[in-house]
Amino acid sequence: MQIGSSTAAQTGKNEQSERVAPAGWPLEMHRVLKGAQVRQVSYVPDAGHAQLIKLFEADPEVLCNVLTTEEEGIAIAAGAWLGGVRSVLLLQSSGVGNCINMLALATVSRFPLLLLVTMRGEWAEFNPWQVPMGQATEPALNAIGVRTFRADTPSDLLEITASAATLAFESDQQVAVLLSQRMLGAKKW
Amino acid sequence: MAKQSHAALDRREAVAALLKDRGDLLLITGLGSPSYDVHAAGDTDANYYLWGAMGAAALVGLGLAQARPDRNVLVITGDGEQLMGLGGLATIAVAKPRNLVVAVVDNGHFGETGMQESHTARGIDLAEVARACGFIDARTIRDLTDVEAARAALHQDADGPRLFLLKVKADNLPRSLPPRDAVHLKNRFRAHLGLPVN
Repeated sequence: MQIGSSTAAQTGKNEQSERVAPAGWPLEMHRVLKGAQVRQVSYVPDAGHAQLIKLFEADPEVLCNVLTTEEEGIAIAAGAWLGGVRSVLLLQSSGVGNCINMLALATVSRFPLLLLVTMRGEWAEFNPWQVPMGQATEPALNAIGVRTFRADTPSDLLEITASAATLAFESDQQVAVLLSQRMLGAKKW
Repeated sequence: MAKQSHAALDRREAVAALLKDRGDLLLITGLGSPSYDVHAAGDTDANYYLWGAMGAAALVGLGLAQARPDRNVLVITGDGEQLMGLGGLATIAVAKPRNLVVAVVDNGHFGETGMQESHTARGIDLAEVARACGFIDARTIRDLTDVEAARAALHQDADGPRLFLLKVKADNLPRSLPPRDAVHLKNRFRAHLGLPVN
């Protein structure tokens, strides 16, 4: 599997094809997360996560939950850990704002928590409504006690995700991996 | 919307009756009075009490039910707590767990904060909401005979999630306080299931 090959369609008109970054990394992320024994995935969709969501939805070993709001995934992951299952939450930076009080559940209980956050409101953002939460994402996570790691390239992303999974599931930490908008590709219309 | 009358179940009596001979039931409680009710009925390592994270209880139950399909999972929470997680009922309905029951102890009030009337005292029916989402059994429980029937159902799998709405009096009872250390509660719950402490 080549990492960072730039074969993504750049000609599509819809958000999904524009934000699907280099082909390959979602497949590799699926492999890394499966290797970390993740068996449950919750998500509020983001175009940047579209391929990874598709891979997990097609994976008979992984239970997927589509959420009405991101904080539900914090609670689901806590319940999964109580029952011995490793869970991951896929969300967009705007959804981090929805999670803040619920993150107390993970931090006060020291539940392992792994968030994969696709960033908006930074690199070449066209929608001003995305900017406030995008800019507040990392400081807000840090303020509530979640450790953050930023991935700017696909190879960084895989290494960081594997490390974050270990930190979360082996050291009972609450960790967010921020997938930079520059890596994902700015949304175009 | 017309205000709905509340039947006269005593919450402690109702919760204790629901948990009678609970066997290997795994239990999550929502913050506030439902945690005290469950603690008063008897503390065990198979209880995980929430002291915050309002709106989380039913979804912690979903995560647990998915992790342990071999066990029946009960969530006992309050009307205020469940109202904050209303969207979670849709998420649970879509997930279709066969081994999850959400029991809402509904006194129509926010009991921890001065007994202000909640939405359920102002016409919102959580059983109807659950039914509209697709819960396969959303029943309203008004007396101990209903509780006994619900108790039997708890210990069986079903074709999808269930919600039991227990209509109770709006009493402010003496508190029966479970431990507040969430790490302790987590570790003892996992140990109960034979899982290692990290």
